[in-house]
Amino acid sequence: MEKKLPTIEIIEKYCKGCHICVEFCPTKVLEMQGFVAAVKNLDACIKCMQCELRCPDFAIKVTP
Amino acid sequence: MAFDYDKYIRPGKLPHIWCPGCGHGIVMKGLIRAIDTVGLDTKNTAIVSGIGCASRLPGYMDCCTLHTAHGRAAAFATGVKMAKPEMDVILVGGDGDGTAIGGNHFIHACRRNINMTYIILNNKIYGMTGGQFSPATPTGAKASTTPYGNPDPAFDIAKLAIGAGATFVARGTSFHANQIDKLIAEAIQHKGFSVVEILDDCPTTYGRRNKFKSVVEMMNHLKDIAVPVKAAEKMSPEQLEGKILTGVLFKEERPEYTSEYAKVIERAKAAK
Ligand SMILES: Cc1ncc(C[n+]2csc(CCOP(=O)(O)OP(=O)(O)O)c2C)c(N)n1
Ligand code: SF4
Ligand code: SF4
Ligand code: SF4
Repeated sequence: MEKKLPTIEIIEKYCKGCHICVEFCPTKVLEMQGFVAAVKNLDACIKCMQCELRCPDFAIKVTP
Repeated sequence: MAFDYDKYIRPGKLPHIWCPGCGHGIVMKGLIRAIDTVGLDTKNTAIVSGIGCASRLPGYMDCCTLHTAHGRAAAFATGVKMAKPEMDVILVGGDGDGTAIGGNHFIHACRRNINMTYIILNNKIYGMTGGQFSPATPTGAKASTTPYGNPDPAFDIAKLAIGAGATFVARGTSFHANQIDKLIAEAIQHKGFSVVEILDDCPTTYGRRNKFKSVVEMMNHLKDIAVPVKAAEKMSPEQLEGKILTGVLFKEERPEYTSEYAKVIERAKAAK
């Protein structure tokens, strides 16, 4: 069975580029692209929600 | 579905003013999830703060909010709660606001055991005014007013609250983001004065001066020093050196102030 991928939305106008989501993602799904966070490898996402919980700026939304 | 924070935020207020990486945003998200979990009616919930970066929090919340004078959140909140005991009242503020200029209000709110929840966002510094030391700044740490290292010992804010009579005291950190809402939710549901201290970070005025390369390093430090109360029971004093306890640190039942005051009103009426 194909696994269902989550949707990760990054609201760029809220992102302040703090790196928290990128550094603490356990499976390195995210990266910085210039000033803002971006999704690099959605396949690896384990839907732990830690990036959404720790983003201080309401800039990242994970829909499992 | 992703959690819908927007439901609790005043339209058009984001992005907030806090610096990149500032822990206050993480705590605000925890508070929002707690309000949602407990099912508080935002029209019947007052969020009260003093002055400081942390105290800017109520301005974003689509609840009844009150941004007051420096250190005076507890005094204004007490007024709200006495006038409308049926309201849920939540106080928020920084370590400077709550334990320096507001220290007296803080301890007496604890002593009275008035049914409110106080969230202290402890980033160990006066962030808003450029990084002066606060009563929560660790010994040896650098602040704009302690360039050669702070000679003062820091308050243990949770212990201070317990000593002063708060009947629910908990501590979390901004690293342990998924615990924040649970601690605050339990605090809100407790009948009495509840204090939730969240250790968070000010990368701008504390981090840089104290040789943290980034907010990620600061959060890793919180992760390293935090020990859940249960785990601490099995640890020796040497192992606990330099650590801080997290979780629910204290809980007891004691007569609550607005209920006791209602009895005073009844007695006064009967005496006429
Ligand atoms: C009566 C009074 N004294 C001093 C100030 C200046 N002042 C504004 S915020 C602040 C400290 C805030 O520190 P804290 O409560 O720790 O919050 P943070 O900014 O770190 O979130 C001070 C001293 C003031 N606004 N009013
Ligand atoms: S949900 Fe977890 S695994 Fe997925 S991107 Fe966020 S932190 Fe990484
Ligand atoms: S944690 Fe939030 S603000 Fe920080 S880089 Fe990631 S999306 Fe941007
Ligand atoms: S100065 Fe410090 S406390 Fe204030 S918003 Fe910036 S990081 Fe947060």
